[in-house]
Amino acid sequence: MALPLLSLIVFLPLVGAMALLLLPNRDGARDEMIRQLALGVALVTFALTLVAWRQFDAAAAGYQFVERYAWIPQFGINYTLGLDGVSLFLVVLTGFLTPLALLSSWQGVTKKVKEFCFFVLALETGMLGVFVALDLFLFYVFWDAMLVPMYFLIGVWGYERRIYAAVKFILYTMAGSVLMLVAIIALAVMHQQATGQYSFALEDIESLQMGFSTELWLFLAFTLAFAIKVPLFPFHTWLPDAHVEAPTAGSVILAGVLLKMGTYGLLRFAFPLFPDAGLACAPYLAALAVIGIIYGALVAMVQPDLKKLVAYSSVSHMGFVVLGICAMNLQGIQGAVYQMLNHGVSTGALFMIVGMLSDRRHTRLIAEFGGLKHAMPRLVACFLIITLSSIGLPGLNGFVGEFLAILGGFLWRPTYAVLAASGVILSAVYMLWMFQRVNYGEVTNPKNARLPDLSAREWAAIGPTVVMAIVMGIVPNLFLRPMQPAVTRLVERVQAQRPALADINLESEGDRGPKKAHHAD
Amino acid sequence: MLALIPLFPFIGFIINALIGRRLSKATSGGLACLAMLVSFGVAVVAFWRLLGLPAEARVIDETLFTWIASGRFQAPLTFRLDPLAGLMCLVVTGIGFLIHVYSTAYMHEETDHEYARYFSYLNLFAAFMLVLVLGANLLVMFIGWEGVGLCSYLLIGYWFDKQSATDAGKKAFVVNRVGDMAFIVGMCLAFASFGTLDFRAIAAAVAALPPEVTWGVLSTITLLFFIGATGKSAQIPLYIWLPDAMEGPTPVSALIHAATMVTAGVYMIGRNAVLYSHAPLTMEVVAVIGVATALLAGTIGLAQNDIKRVLAYSTVSQLGYMFLAMGVGAFAAGIFHLYTHAFFKALMFLGSGAVIHALHGEQDMRKMGGLRRALPITYWTFLIGALAIAGVPGLSGFFSKDEILFRTFASGHSVLWVLGTATALLTAVYMFRLIYLTFHGKPRYEGAYEGAQEAHRAHDRAAHAQGTHNHGGGGVLHDAPMAMAIPLVLLAIGSVVAGYVGVPHALGGSNRIETFLEPSFSPPAHTAPAVAGTHAEPGVALSGEGAHAEADAHGATHADTALELTLMVTSVAIALMGIGIATLVWLKRPHVAAALAARVPWMHRLLLNKWYVDELYDATIVQPIKNSSTVGLWKGVDVGVIDGAVNGTGWLVRGSAAGLRLAQSGSVRIYAAAFFVGTVLVIAFYLVR
Repeated sequence: MALPLLSLIVFLPLVGAMALLLLPNRDGARDEMIRQLALGVALVTFALTLVAWRQFDAAAAGYQFVERYAWIPQFGINYTLGLDGVSLFLVVLTGFLTPLALLSSWQGVTKKVKEFCFFVLALETGMLGVFVALDLFLFYVFWDAMLVPMYFLIGVWGYERRIYAAVKFILYTMAGSVLMLVAIIALAVMHQQATGQYSFALEDIESLQMGFSTELWLFLAFTLAFAIKVPLFPFHTWLPDAHVEAPTAGSVILAGVLLKMGTYGLLRFAFPLFPDAGLACAPYLAALAVIGIIYGALVAMVQPDLKKLVAYSSVSHMGFVVLGICAMNLQGIQGAVYQMLNHGVSTGALFMIVGMLSDRRHTRLIAEFGGLKHAMPRLVACFLIITLSSIGLPGLNGFVGEFLAILGGFLWRPTYAVLAASGVILSAVYMLWMFQRVNYGEVTNPKNARLPDLSAREWAAIGPTVVMAIVMGIVPNLFLRPMQPAVTRLVERVQAQRPALADINLESEGDRGPKKAHHAD
Repeated sequence: MLALIPLFPFIGFIINALIGRRLSKATSGGLACLAMLVSFGVAVVAFWRLLGLPAEARVIDETLFTWIASGRFQAPLTFRLDPLAGLMCLVVTGIGFLIHVYSTAYMHEETDHEYARYFSYLNLFAAFMLVLVLGANLLVMFIGWEGVGLCSYLLIGYWFDKQSATDAGKKAFVVNRVGDMAFIVGMCLAFASFGTLDFRAIAAAVAALPPEVTWGVLSTITLLFFIGATGKSAQIPLYIWLPDAMEGPTPVSALIHAATMVTAGVYMIGRNAVLYSHAPLTMEVVAVIGVATALLAGTIGLAQNDIKRVLAYSTVSQLGYMFLAMGVGAFAAGIFHLYTHAFFKALMFLGSGAVIHALHGEQDMRKMGGLRRALPITYWTFLIGALAIAGVPGLSGFFSKDEILFRTFASGHSVLWVLGTATALLTAVYMFRLIYLTFHGKPRYEGAYEGAQEAHRAHDRAAHAQGTHNHGGGGVLHDAPMAMAIPLVLLAIGSVVAGYVGVPHALGGSNRIETFLEPSFSPPAHTAPAVAGTHAEPGVALSGEGAHAEADAHGATHADTALELTLMVTSVAIALMGIGIATLVWLKRPHVAAALAARVPWMHRLLLNKWYVDELYDATIVQPIKNSSTVGLWKGVDVGVIDGAVNGTGWLVRGSAAGLRLAQSGSVRIYAAAFFVGTVLVIAFYLVR
């Protein structure tokens, strides 16, 4: 039996976290060592995710590295893990961002360092588990388990209104996931009624036949949980509060990975399990997504607080992801998954930058800054690249995802795509306006005159995201190619429900009729 | 080999961006110039190779790798050189090189790392512009398209201390983004319609279709791209960013906001000529917007006092001409004007830079005057530029502008021709107004000299090159130093001779440039690109149509010689009249201008304030969005409605729980009483039922 790579990836952070707990650390005497150990664990995990990427068969559409063990056999609950083209990069992204998140809170977090590192690593296990679980029950366990460390990260190491934010975060997300739990149990029961056996396995549930109204209700129950997590307008109001109050590492992980769990859930569970309901609801979901794109951007524009601005921009950016998913065609979904990765990199980086500014000045109000380019040219240069990546400049990562999502949306419903494309204008407005107010102009506040530029540790945190923003903009195919078989399979599965429409939306490599031009390259 | 053309400036950018702050000015500036020179050299060699091919096979493709691929959607990073791209490459690298050289002197007062930053941006701009020009499909073009926008943003806001500069940069970017949104949607629609974004493949697909006489897909695609072009090329309604862009250093205005970037929209239409000629309705729109912009900007240029703003509006106006040409189907004429305009407008911007430089940052023409003796090189070269733009026979602008007006008339757009000719009059008037106010008359700058010192710091950090001037002396003006004078002279020579590649048949020439460019505007015929690339369907209809169009063009030229000569004489007369008016009003009788302005003060105010378009946009778009976002969306919907509902639910639970808690008093008697009452009620319920 081969090495259980996925289990290793998922549980290594948790094991590391447990080990940290055993270390005596009276009065923070070993804080530095604990930070380094945690970073080491996170880096090894990242290395393992890279191993998974390297060994991943890019041509295969199915799940790879599958592990399956019976867990609670009397209820058909299994421990099943697997990786496909969609989840692969989300796992890598999680591995990539966790060490950076630890680095970004190196100085910001000084109390209870051991516990902090413990929760960050425990959180990583939860997130990785969500992306590789192929058993609904197991998925739900990871999904909810991950809330706990996040709750503490916000509630203990956050800013002034951290308790309010932490409670709001957990109640909001729990409200959604409770309904999902009901739906999961309902599915298992339905499976038992149909076959005489309980099962929570994804593949078993996928082959379950059900009436449209059942499908619709279950789809809505799943989707509500995911929509809150994304967050889709109008379920987004927990996000600004959680972000503003969370410590930098919390914000980085929250924006970088946690939000993707919602869109990942739509892709992995909601649409494939309930294709008819999904296709029927897609226009409404997409409408909310488009509203979110515009609404998030407009609200982001007028925020006085940097973190809130970035938080609302997430609402806008994640709208593109949902739009791409709802389009249910290859371009749309590839764009959506790519946009998830982009958003993880760019928004993660933006939160790190805001964290660096807030470490220096203990404020996040845009009005408190100005002229930072005088004191910190290097930080501002990184800031500029990330800003440009966030507004989707071609050649950087943001453009690829945004364009493919818009294209996919256009091939599905042009009106939505046109409205979504207005996000292109609005993102430039709010990002550049913020960038100007923070970095350009004379130094009006003497406190900003002699701020230190990037330290080596900060370089280590921000540098990789800048590199990734450029790499993902120039060679997106590195990511798009391994993704394609799995996405194609997904689209085929969902669209198979309506053969009449499949011809239009499905990818066929053949000619599309006389209008199609020959293209050779 | 094609990839090398943008690669060298890009390497220059990387070096200056990464280690520029540790290099001396001579090194970083020299490096940037060298990058451009090498790039120019490669472009010349590539162009030479292109000329070696038979006329209809002049296409060189070069695919580097697949950039974005998603199933049927393929966007390879492919560069393509054809006559149109070749000409543009020469303009961009050639004039770009001269402006780099000029900049080494003009920017000399900057600190070392600012100097390196400037040149890194400038090189990056050249790299993106070349990607735009060489891109073989819409998406690669879009890399350059947005990339040059970025560099424009960075260079307009180069003096980032200045609020007005960073505002102008942001405005440029955002306004361009409005166009880019349309461009993106256009690409989606083009892909949905043709299944490809490759220019030649689209052209081949479109060529098989009849022209779209009613509104349809082709008209929509072309219109969307044209909206993109109005952003990049500063046409109505998105031209408003260009005048503000003058906040950037003057060489930047010359390179980006006159000679190259702003012509990208015109180039894009030329690139998609086959597509556009199949959408006659859009073509009408293009022509009308073009001529309207030309006229509007011309009127505004008449009343501006800032020397660079006059030139900026003149650029907008000339770009309008180019779009007029594209709109009436005279693609070659439009590109010809683009090419000649690059020389004389770059020349005049650099000339204005030399003036500003000599006056230590003064840009107000009311504080100039009589400079021709102090700045002879600047004066004479500037004069050549002005004569060229005014359309005086023998200079480059004459040939290209005349070609446009003739083609406009010949294609039956007589109203547009009248408006175009009226614009020609305006052009001559405001250009010579500028010449007279700046170089002739009584010097008005001595008195303003102390003020200029202050303006020098506050307004424009651009200053003199040598650094050895005697600041306290006052009144001792220095003409452009070598590094600035040589580009001026070379561009002046270009402004004279550049037109001779397009001498019209009516004057006994052969309009070589038109013949040369024609294959770029025709659907790909039965010839394959020299290097593996798109293979279009060989079709009798395609080649037949191409040949037909060509025959048409030639036939028209020959048949209408008399008409062309008549029109030519008319426009020459108009140009001379314009110069005459300017001479009369601003040279001979300077008080007339003031009197005129006083006679119709509302008109003067209207023009001076640019028809209040900025104010209109601010009041109708910017402010409402900002206010409704703050009050309506954020504080209203988000905090009020949604969070109100969320927190309301919380309060409801807590409130009802608090109410229920009162019942849990712990008193056994109350529990017993409640138990009793409950029992009675239950029994009563069953009895009554």
